Amino acid sequence: MSDLTQLTISQARAKLRDKEITATEITEAYLGAIERANPALNAYVAVTGDKARDMAKASDARLVKGEGGALEGIPLGIKDLFGTEGVHTQACSHVLDGFKPRYESTVTSNLWADGAVMLGKLNMDEFAMGSSNETSYYGPVINPWRRSRLDTAVMPTTHQGDGGFVSAGGTRTVRSLDNAQLVPGGSSGGSATAVSAFLCAGATATDTGGSIRQPAAFTGTVGIKPTYGRCSRWGIVAFASSLDQAGPIARDVRDAAILLKSMASVDPKDTTSVDRPVPDYEAVIGKPIKGMKVGIPREYRVDGMPEEIEALWQKGIAWLKDAGAEIVDISLPHTKYALPAYYIVAPAEASSNLARYDGVRYGLRVPGKDIVDMYEKTRAAGFGREVKRRIMIGTYVLSAGYYDAYYLQAQKVRNLIKRDFETVFAAGVDVILTPATPSAAFGIADEDMAADPVKMYLNDIFTVTVNMAGLPGIAVPAGLDAKGLPLGLQLIGRPFDEETLFQTAAVIEQAAGTFQPEKWW
Amino acid sequence: MSVDLQTVKRVAHLARIAVSEEDAERMTGELNAILGFVEQLNEVDVSGVEPMTSVTPMDMKKRSDVVTDGGKAADIVANAPATEENFFLVPKVVE
Repeated sequence: MSDLTQLTISQARAKLRDKEITATEITEAYLGAIERANPALNAYVAVTGDKARDMAKASDARLVKGEGGALEGIPLGIKDLFGTEGVHTQACSHVLDGFKPRYESTVTSNLWADGAVMLGKLNMDEFAMGSSNETSYYGPVINPWRRSRLDTAVMPTTHQGDGGFVSAGGTRTVRSLDNAQLVPGGSSGGSATAVSAFLCAGATATDTGGSIRQPAAFTGTVGIKPTYGRCSRWGIVAFASSLDQAGPIARDVRDAAILLKSMASVDPKDTTSVDRPVPDYEAVIGKPIKGMKVGIPREYRVDGMPEEIEALWQKGIAWLKDAGAEIVDISLPHTKYALPAYYIVAPAEASSNLARYDGVRYGLRVPGKDIVDMYEKTRAAGFGREVKRRIMIGTYVLSAGYYDAYYLQAQKVRNLIKRDFETVFAAGVDVILTPATPSAAFGIADEDMAADPVKMYLNDIFTVTVNMAGLPGIAVPAGLDAKGLPLGLQLIGRPFDEETLFQTAAVIEQAAGTFQPEKWW
Repeated sequence: MSVDLQTVKRVAHLARIAVSEEDAERMTGELNAILGFVEQLNEVDVSGVEPMTSVTPMDMKKRSDVVTDGGKAADIVANAPATEENFFLVPKVVE
């Protein structure tokens, strides 16, 4: 095998078990790839080379004895939101400057218990607040995908020697890469870029309003946000506790299934962790979807949506129909209210969760003339613009006199959004198919979005409903747009029915294929 | 509803974030853009609708009231900017 980083998790797992390769070899391959690519892509904010080598060595010892776990020797990247013992954990914020927890999050503990190897911590939007990975204290992550242009090149007529070879000339189509840098989406932009650019075999991520699915769609990778309560939130830096959920980003559907199986667990340390056994998600891949009822919600056809997204959606419908699914039109009437309700609920919970960063117990401290002055200076210096904006909105909507008008109203609307889904599932719909994002990846420092925060928020229009209702959702790559950028479709399932999502996503993947960026870095 | 400069400064103080005059002015515009966007929630009829309190119906998990963790003072203060003998140090609060 020439380049071990090209192996999917399922391929690497087989080769490791058969002793064709070692955990040390594949780990070294990834560490080398990160060293070469990270200056250009900025996916990792900390690389834990020594730890990775130690973990790989221990994996090799277990593999030799035939005692390997489900992810034995598989090198993974970890989003900086996950607490990792003794290792950089800052949610990519300056306010957590120098923070190295003395504990390990439940999700990462589960991965290490299954034998996975940690390569390092991945870049993200500060406190997971953003849709472009541009709010990170460590700078933006660059999408490995670039727009490309189809040019018609005129070939000259050539003669070679006397009566030798003759090229008749004519034209030929050449695809050339544009130099403009694109965002990988956010907040899990480091995770998506690292997976797409072969800088880890798979990555952990988190999703509060679309932070797994939108970057997955922007990078041609697979990302699943499981049902709220499926993965423990213990040890993950909190953003909006009633919406936050961890999940994997992977190169294909099977790898995502393998990772989620290890990440998910029942955890007494998280009271919202649900007491249900974790199924073997991989087992459903390849199962036919004949007779499955797929809902197509009319409210997801939004004004100004590019024609290519609509065409992609129609292609998805056709693939599922060809595979024997029954397509039904459905209505989710409160869809348009999900995003405004989210921008009350999420900032309100964030303002409360982020109150702990006060310069006393961890992270940054900026001295002041008294304790309040110290708090105010520390938080002013430690938080970036977007985080401050959301804390301010949250503080305002929770402040005296406004609680009923904003927060209570939003929580009632949230219940209506959830009921919309319950109604269609009760009517026999098994899974819902929608586009994952309203556009392909956009440019770094997009002026329109910088000028109006709401424009950036609209990126999550198709994904945020799923968080509001607590449902599982998966983004799966389904094609490329005219400029050669990946586009994704989203599947939404019943609570704790991730199996149907993997089963259906595998059908889309089978029809659409998998996508890799052309290497320029 | 919209906010004025004075409200923004008051909210910033409630949130314990120091803001300059320039920050406060910029934030006033940004917050009003967001508040304008969420305004549309008012058109939804929510009469008789309960606010959502949990995503999945489940009972709060309970456990026996016993000590299951502790004795980690050194771990707890390990990341603090200023400590003394396992206490967090802060500027003087009481004269």
